[in-house]
Amino acid sequence: MREIAVVAFAQTRHSATDQGQSEPELILPPLDEVREKTGLRKFGFTCSGSCDYLAGAPFSFVSALDALGAWPPISESHVEMDAAWALYEAWVRLQHGDVDSALVYGFGKSSQGDLREIMTLQLDPYYLAPLGLDQVSYAALQASAAKVDRARLDEIVRRSRADGRANPYALDLPDPGGDAFEVEPLRPYDIAPVTDGAAAVVLAAGDLARELCERPAWITGIAHRIEPHYLGMRDLARSASAAEAARAAGAGKGHVDVAELHTQFSHEEPILRQALELPESTVVNPSGGPLAANPVMATGLIRVGEAAQRILDGAASRTIGHASSGPCLQHNLVTVMEA
Amino acid sequence: MTLEARHVLEFPGGYTRTTGPVIGRFLTELRDGRLVGVRTAGGRTLVPPLEYDPGTGDAVTGEFVEVGPAGTVESWSWVHAPRAGHPLDRPFAWALIRLDGADTSLVHAVDAGDVKAMRPGLRVRPRWRAERTGQITDIESFVPEVTKIVSPVRTEYVLKPGLALARFLEGVAAGVFVGCRCGSCHKVYVPYRLSCPECGIAITEEVEVPDTGTITTFAINNLPDPRAPEVPFVSAYVLLDGSDVPMITLVGGVAAHEVRQGMRVRAVWVPEEERTASMANIKWFAPTGEPDAEL
Repeated sequence: MREIAVVAFAQTRHSATDQGQSEPELILPPLDEVREKTGLRKFGFTCSGSCDYLAGAPFSFVSALDALGAWPPISESHVEMDAAWALYEAWVRLQHGDVDSALVYGFGKSSQGDLREIMTLQLDPYYLAPLGLDQVSYAALQASAAKVDRARLDEIVRRSRADGRANPYALDLPDPGGDAFEVEPLRPYDIAPVTDGAAAVVLAAGDLARELCERPAWITGIAHRIEPHYLGMRDLARSASAAEAARAAGAGKGHVDVAELHTQFSHEEPILRQALELPESTVVNPSGGPLAANPVMATGLIRVGEAAQRILDGAASRTIGHASSGPCLQHNLVTVMEA
Repeated sequence: MTLEARHVLEFPGGYTRTTGPVIGRFLTELRDGRLVGVRTAGGRTLVPPLEYDPGTGDAVTGEFVEVGPAGTVESWSWVHAPRAGHPLDRPFAWALIRLDGADTSLVHAVDAGDVKAMRPGLRVRPRWRAERTGQITDIESFVPEVTKIVSPVRTEYVLKPGLALARFLEGVAAGVFVGCRCGSCHKVYVPYRLSCPECGIAITEEVEVPDTGTITTFAINNLPDPRAPEVPFVSAYVLLDGSDVPMITLVGGVAAHEVRQGMRVRAVWVPEEERTASMANIKWFAPTGEPDAEL
């Protein structure tokens, strides 16, 4: 395997409402920031992650290329997934050995539509989508199956929102309160907020990484695993695919200082903590995590970026970035990074 | 100026999707009002049927078996406010339902009426649509199995109070409490009675007691009662002065949390013109303001 590292990360100051910027306008500042941090204007490979259903237009991701300057033609790809999977594709591409740098970015404006119902469109069209099963409803089924203590969920949200308020890029959300249910057992504050935002990461291989950055976040393991889509075919109380991805990425081979988990609902944190076998001493989501800012399609990449940034900053020496996709943590990607 | 446009993404008439033989069989049986699962090579029954065994990736066998129609709720979530796209327009549960004979669970709605009716292990059955077209929504929802019925009971009586109670209520109509003293044990009972429950002998001596007394014990009732003047209300045992056995009454004119044992109280009578031969003559007992009595 080639040594590959995250050498730069940038994100927007995420917003709970539409600030009037188009997607290319949203992505340009983080792209500029990572280009400035690395001094690179051209990359051996470029890959992005986004979802056309967020904008309601086919091939909407193509317009984001306007922020790149794709002329003369560049080597480029796109995943209709969270951009964490674009990072995975870029890592695989760099393994080929013929290019040394990759630009990865993701963006999403979920303020434009109804995210709960847009997420219904990802469900199988025979058995689930016709029921009108929305995102919060199926997440509540998982929360119910996981039987997590209410006080623990409240504490997770309280901690995430407090950390989010301390993070200039996340939303300022108050301490959780109120006893109404959105879909029981989930309360409104258990749900990641609707957020617009974007993020970018630069990967570099070997010596280039050492040139570009003082303390690269070396990717020592990266793996993703998926389980059956249909909710009734799996044990929703645990995440077998996250556990398997963590094993494949070697998450348990050393102490994890920080784990940034793609928790779009508070009950997903204990499920993922268990799957990744994280000890109490691992700090989870110091950025506030998705419960404090959830720019869909960038959220997973931001987990990798935030976890990498702790190493770039010198604050941690071994971290994990986790990303998830599909209903009820169906698909999980684990990235292990070391100084 | 804020520029905004309304945009709708829609595929007119919807996508046409082929079902393939496995899903197609399930939907065809569904249209006929039957639920089937498909057998895997390992002998598990997948409901709803999938083309491939999620455990092994192997193609499933061609064997379909009827399952359900009853099933057991494994876990559930409760929708308090249904959305436009939801299958029911009233609060309902989403549930993972293990149909009898299946090795996997079906996701569907349960029309349980109230969240309190939901629990893991709840037995449910499909409520079929009259017009079925071969869609998962041919089952409108699942409904709980019948485990109880409501049996109305009503019959009418004409009751007289008995001689002792009639005498007592006669006194209440006149604004006094009539009691009696046992000739053997000398206890004074209120309300008036014709025999001593302790000695088992007839009582002949009638006594009148004042409408003041002391609370010996009490309960705060938070459940609405059509006969209660307000909620919460306090019912208390009041030992009328000069009597030996307390009488149960309402206590009012004081905050429920201030009521205490030993509190001195007096009957609050309704105005004379409203009085009848009934305990309704006494609105309640209210504190007199005297120091508490030793019990």
